[in-house]
Amino acid sequence: MAGIPHDHYEPKSGGEKWLHKRLPIVGLLYDTLMIPTPKNLNWMWIWGIVLTFCLVLQIITGIVLAMHYTPHVDQAFASVEHIMRNVNGGHMIRYIHQNGASLFFVAVYLHIFRGLYYGSYKAPREVTWIIGMIIYLAMMGTAFMGYVLPWGQMSFWGATVITGLFGAIPGIGEALQTWLLGGPAVDNATLNRFFSLHYLLPFVIAGLVIVHIWAFHTTGNNNPTGVEVRRTSKEDAKKDTLPFWPYFVIKDLFALAVIMVVFWAIVGFMPNYLGHPDNYIEANALATPAHIVPEWYFLPFYAILRAFTDDVWAVQLVGFLTGGIVDAKFFGVAAMFGAIAVMAAAPWLDTSSVRSGRYRPMFKWWFAILCVDFMVLMWVGARPAEEPYATISLIASAYWFAYFLIILPLLGVIEKPLARPATIEEDFDEHYPAKKDAASQPAE
Amino acid sequence: MFKKLSLSALALAALTSAAVAAGAEGKITDKDFSFEGPFGVYDQNQLQRGLKVYTEVCSSCHGLKFVPLRTLADEGGPHLPEDQMKAYVAEMFVADEPANQHLYDPELEELRALQPTDNFPAVNSAGAPDLSLMAKARAGFHGPYGLGINQFTKGIGGAEYVYSLLTGYTGEEKEEAGVTLYENTAFPGGWISMAPPLYGEDVDFDDGHANDLSHISEDVSAFLMWTAEPKLVARKQTGFVAVFFLTVLSVLLYLTNKRIWAKAKRKDVA
Repeated sequence: MAGIPHDHYEPKSGGEKWLHKRLPIVGLLYDTLMIPTPKNLNWMWIWGIVLTFCLVLQIITGIVLAMHYTPHVDQAFASVEHIMRNVNGGHMIRYIHQNGASLFFVAVYLHIFRGLYYGSYKAPREVTWIIGMIIYLAMMGTAFMGYVLPWGQMSFWGATVITGLFGAIPGIGEALQTWLLGGPAVDNATLNRFFSLHYLLPFVIAGLVIVHIWAFHTTGNNNPTGVEVRRTSKEDAKKDTLPFWPYFVIKDLFALAVIMVVFWAIVGFMPNYLGHPDNYIEANALATPAHIVPEWYFLPFYAILRAFTDDVWAVQLVGFLTGGIVDAKFFGVAAMFGAIAVMAAAPWLDTSSVRSGRYRPMFKWWFAILCVDFMVLMWVGARPAEEPYATISLIASAYWFAYFLIILPLLGVIEKPLARPATIEEDFDEHYPAKKDAASQPAE
Repeated sequence: MFKKLSLSALALAALTSAAVAAGAEGKITDKDFSFEGPFGVYDQNQLQRGLKVYTEVCSSCHGLKFVPLRTLADEGGPHLPEDQMKAYVAEMFVADEPANQHLYDPELEELRALQPTDNFPAVNSAGAPDLSLMAKARAGFHGPYGLGINQFTKGIGGAEYVYSLLTGYTGEEKEEAGVTLYENTAFPGGWISMAPPLYGEDVDFDDGHANDLSHISEDVSAFLMWTAEPKLVARKQTGFVAVFFLTVLSVLLYLTNKRIWAKAKRKDVA
């Protein structure tokens, strides 16, 4: 499967040969599990397994929750309380599912920023990156619709605000919004289709994850040096890599266990910390909450959405050029989706031939600012739309776009990269030097 | 240079905290409740006192429509003896009939009697909110700067909010559009339409426990935390078991990982 030369599965017994001729499934599993993996991967390469685990966890807990949940505006809220009070273990399953979404997004953000720092998006891994971005979008859709299901105040008003974004699209907006909602406003039809799609999308994500893994198993993993595994011969490749099993499986499982300790501490001791109190009030179309705030993982992009108001010159200019078709609301929507689009376009915006940020002295700093920028956006996204937060979110949004559209293209031209190791083996040996008395060690 | 920097930082902090204080946020007392922290559990006697306050005062306007009556006997909660719970249910009557039509019995042509498997009745007659989840639907603490970090140390503060609201009346009243509003230091905006529900000594306890305003407010706040989060004790126990075993698993996997990689990293195998 992988382009890196390695040993393939050879059926030995008669039975194995019989099956292999008809369905090479054992070979597929063997090649997937034994894929040569760069041996210098650091701890930032564990998030893929964590994400896979999250997907499975959410699907399993979600299926159980769906057995007890009622997708009807009159009963949804009560059925969640029924799960919390009457279903055996229901409160744990629900809290795991609820906080599992947060863990999912913690992991996906670290996974994405890992890719941004080590240049995992660069050739030949653009397809992996693009599929990853589609998975991320599908995750956001799933999480958003899942948050509507308990039918609390934030569920209802969040759904009203976010579906209203589609209404901002000039021309077709209103019709599109009505079509999405199944009516003029968020109501029973909306709740039912969101439940249906919330159940469907995770399986779409599971399919995309398989394609994502297929893509990077074809190109091979990136690694902290950004230097490719040698493919000149099987022997060379073996010097740069170790098989996924057992080396990386056990390493990833160890990391996952540590993360699970933290996760269970949150589920056990503060399960509502990441939620919003207003969602324990049943949805009421007649009472708007004082602050409508999305879940924390949407906040950075929510901040970008709100940053572009009427008084921003860029908004006024675009409004003037388009004869008023693009107003501030649509500009904000375009900016929000654009913020993800520019990230998806990173493989073509980054002009540097050096993959890893480790060997890019200027890039390092701009990337560090991007990380801070992301946190600042998350913070202002939860604040009321007033000064000084309006100005802060405008500056922070501008930096997000500048990073991808200006800084990444320019850096590749002006930056002088540091010397890179010739091979992964060289980098690995530098960390784990051969013992001086290696020769005198007894053979194991 | 540093002095100047820290001075301006201080000034900025003072300015922003003043801005926060000037907002609509109410004043919340950080009360110590028995159920706070990872080891915290409900005080069974306090919940029983709180139940009495709810029954004798709050229940005339507020329902608890999501709370099953049988759970009053649950361990980790008020833990009433089974017969006391049944006696409590038998004594209950439904005041707001239109709000409890699920109890309508077509043969009797009226609402049937409540069973332990039923929930507390809903009460909508006074237009007051249901209290089942009130302690989780409010946050006492938000800061600093909306970051919610103090919820780590103080808890989310729903019960503190209820306590502060019940004890936060100043005695001032005003009329607005034909509605009497009462000044309350905990309520966002400062004026609430609920008349002071408790004054102290509203309820007598069999064991002679103090029944001044602060004490009964605290008791009923704790009770409402239980109605909102009845599985809190079981949840924390599960959390401990999970954290303990996962820690053990982490150590085992750490050692396994170390050993597996030892040869590749040219380290001695322990």
